[in-house]
Amino acid sequence: MEILVCVKRVPDTAENEIEINSEGNDIERDDLVYSVNEWDNYAVEEAIQIVDKVGGSVTVVTVGDEESEEVLRREMAMGAQNGLLLTDDGFEGADGKGTASILAAAVKKGNYDLILTGAQADDGAAEVGGMLAAMLDYPYASLVNTIETQDGKLKVGREVEGGNQDMYEIELPCVLSIQTGINEPRYVGIRGIRKVASVEIPEYGASDLGIDASSVGGDAAKVKRMDYFMPEMGEGAEMLEGSTEEIIEKLIEYLKAKGGLK
Amino acid sequence: MDFAFTKEQLMFKKEIIRFAKKEIVPRVQEYDLNEAFDFESFRKLGDFGILGLHFPETYGGSGADVVTTVMAGEALGEAGVDGGLTLAYGAHSFLCADTILRHATEEQRQRYLPKLISGEWIGCMGLTEPDAGSDVASMKTTAEKKGDKYVLNGSKIFITNGPIADVAVVYAKTDPSQKHAGISAFIVEKGTKGFAAGAPLIKMGVRTSQTSELFFNNCEIPEENLLGKEGEGFNMSLQTVEWDRSALLAPFVGAAKYMLNSCADYARKREQFGRPIGKFQAVKHKLANIRIFAEASQSLAYKIAWCKDQGRPLNHLEAAVAKLFVGDWSIGPANDAMVVFGGYGFCHEYNMERIFRDSRLAPIGGGTSDIQKMIISKII
Ligand SMILES: Cc1cc2nc3c(=O)[nH]c(=O)nc-3n(C[C@H](O)[C@H](O)[C@H](O)COP(=O)(O)OP(=O)(O)OC[C@H]3O[C@@H](n4cnc5c(N)ncnc54)[C@H](O)[C@@H]3O)c2cc1C
Ligand SMILES: Cc1cc2nc3c(=O)[nH]c(=O)nc-3n(C[C@H](O)[C@H](O)[C@H](O)COP(=O)(O)OP(=O)(O)OC[C@H]3O[C@@H](n4cnc5c(N)ncnc54)[C@H](O)[C@@H]3O)c2cc1C
Repeated sequence: MEILVCVKRVPDTAENEIEINSEGNDIERDDLVYSVNEWDNYAVEEAIQIVDKVGGSVTVVTVGDEESEEVLRREMAMGAQNGLLLTDDGFEGADGKGTASILAAAVKKGNYDLILTGAQADDGAAEVGGMLAAMLDYPYASLVNTIETQDGKLKVGREVEGGNQDMYEIELPCVLSIQTGINEPRYVGIRGIRKVASVEIPEYGASDLGIDASSVGGDAAKVKRMDYFMPEMGEGAEMLEGSTEEIIEKLIEYLKAKGGLK
Repeated sequence: MDFAFTKEQLMFKKEIIRFAKKEIVPRVQEYDLNEAFDFESFRKLGDFGILGLHFPETYGGSGADVVTTVMAGEALGEAGVDGGLTLAYGAHSFLCADTILRHATEEQRQRYLPKLISGEWIGCMGLTEPDAGSDVASMKTTAEKKGDKYVLNGSKIFITNGPIADVAVVYAKTDPSQKHAGISAFIVEKGTKGFAAGAPLIKMGVRTSQTSELFFNNCEIPEENLLGKEGEGFNMSLQTVEWDRSALLAPFVGAAKYMLNSCADYARKREQFGRPIGKFQAVKHKLANIRIFAEASQSLAYKIAWCKDQGRPLNHLEAAVAKLFVGDWSIGPANDAMVVFGGYGFCHEYNMERIFRDSRLAPIGGGTSDIQKMIISKII
């Protein structure tokens, strides 16, 4: 099976103290540590496991700049065979639809049976997977947490509200957005990193993809961020402070007082 | 001269920190309180390839250079892994397995290295004795050749991983009439008749590592278990001790960065007198002290690694300077880190007091600071 996994370089929420910039329209990005979007690791792991079982190859793709090469290489060190960097000055500022259009063009250039995305990105809106499927006119399942390969189709499980599980049959080619917890993504060791250190990663710009950058980049974006802020603490919200023991004690006190604990 | 790390090294370092923060660090405090060895984390280090980083791939290692290996230790410390687990890793990989790699026969390497590198087996190294610490050459443990066997008698003390080790590299005198030249090194397996380990010693720091005595009572081992030739033991121990003074120091360097990051974060959030305590010069200077120590000790540790990668097997001066510096100069910054946290720094929950306790091994284990000064002044 030929699998394409869409991955994204995002500010690592575990490593950064996120602060608002002075204009108040974005986060302060100067000293941020970036990593691969956590959900994407699960998608790549799943793709590698499928290929280990049924053969084929895994390609990881990202829309980004030169710096994004690092995340492609990391996912290749996990075991993806190929990387693909979609980069063009004209892509800058693309909204979700723009990004999905760029990815769709890359999918059409290849010959993939299955396209995976993360269910969402740390800094995103969980929109690219669905749009990509629509643009390609492929079937789509979101929040997938199990995949079984069958002939020409897949059996996939989806998490539904309330901890219930849905099972579907879906025809290939298709797009799936992958939920965390579907597997345990592997860590990359120095051997894996060395193996892919000098592998060429092809770069495609707008003209290589046969698209007009002005139709996907920032100028074409119809969704724009207006503001960015930490919500005010609402009435009735209280941050418990102190040592863990103290916090637990206070919490139990409150729960008892309000009837949450008997 | 090139102070830059490669892209691959930086990617690996980031990955180790990610791995350690997720898989190991959440367990560290509990194991420290219980003075227990965290077998699960140790095996995870094996699965991830840390235990065999610089070993050839034929034995399951990763064939990494020494700089990358030191970087791994630093990354573990930086992520917040306790000094006990990193010491156990160091004693296992550098003091035990590395000696086997360098001096054992191919057959022995095949027998021990894959299992040590995967973490299935745990290794230790026994050099120190109750009456022979700094003065190694006065060791009393003997190994007497009888037919095709050696018979070991004597005891060792302060042996990291002693109570849990499956295999030990043990130094003993094959010629008690001689000093350094009479020392030889042997491999002794757990379960060998006449070989036993004592109960874990209760320690101030590095508490998750298990430290004990080893006892040899007419312990017979096959003659093939001699490493190298008779009388070569002292030189082997010098090579070993150098790992002690570079790769084993790296987690302390990383711990300094961990303290720095924790303190900077705390100083930003903690307010007294109407502003974050990080605004007070007294606190800023403490952070600066920690930073200075981290920078200097990092340079010293990597310098030895670099020398080794250049093919210089023994770097007595660099190793002694690094060991002494980390040992003696870490007390200030480790204390500063505790004080920045005020009363919380003194409590177990906030990690700083543990790091302070762990750091106190640095001027003792692997040769005391006095001994390093002796080496440095001799070289001058
Ligand atoms: C937690 C821990 C783990 C250890 N792990 C291992 C291990 O895995 N394997 C192993 O073999 N050993 C291990 N050791 C032992 C360690 O290497 C010794 O403790 C160390 O070498 C000092 O020896 P000693 O304790 O006998 O002290 P001593 O040698 O008795 O020293 C006592 C004091 O006298 C000073 N002194 C001694 N000689 C001189 C001199 N000539 N000039 C000036 N001052 C001097 C010392 O600096 C020290 O202050 C470990 C120790 C600890 C605490
Ligand atoms: C074991 C123990 C027993 C204790 N017993 C008692 C007790 O019985 N009763 C009681 O009331 N309290 C007790 N305390 C509390 C103790 O007095 C406080 O921990 C201490 O006063 C420091 O306050 P803090 O922990 O809030 O640290 P903080 O005040 O938050 O200080 C944090 C750091 O900021 C520095 N800092 C703060 N303000 C300034 C400034 N203006 N300029 C420069 N630096 C500054 C501090 O020096 C410190 O390094 C105890 C604490 C401990 C650890």
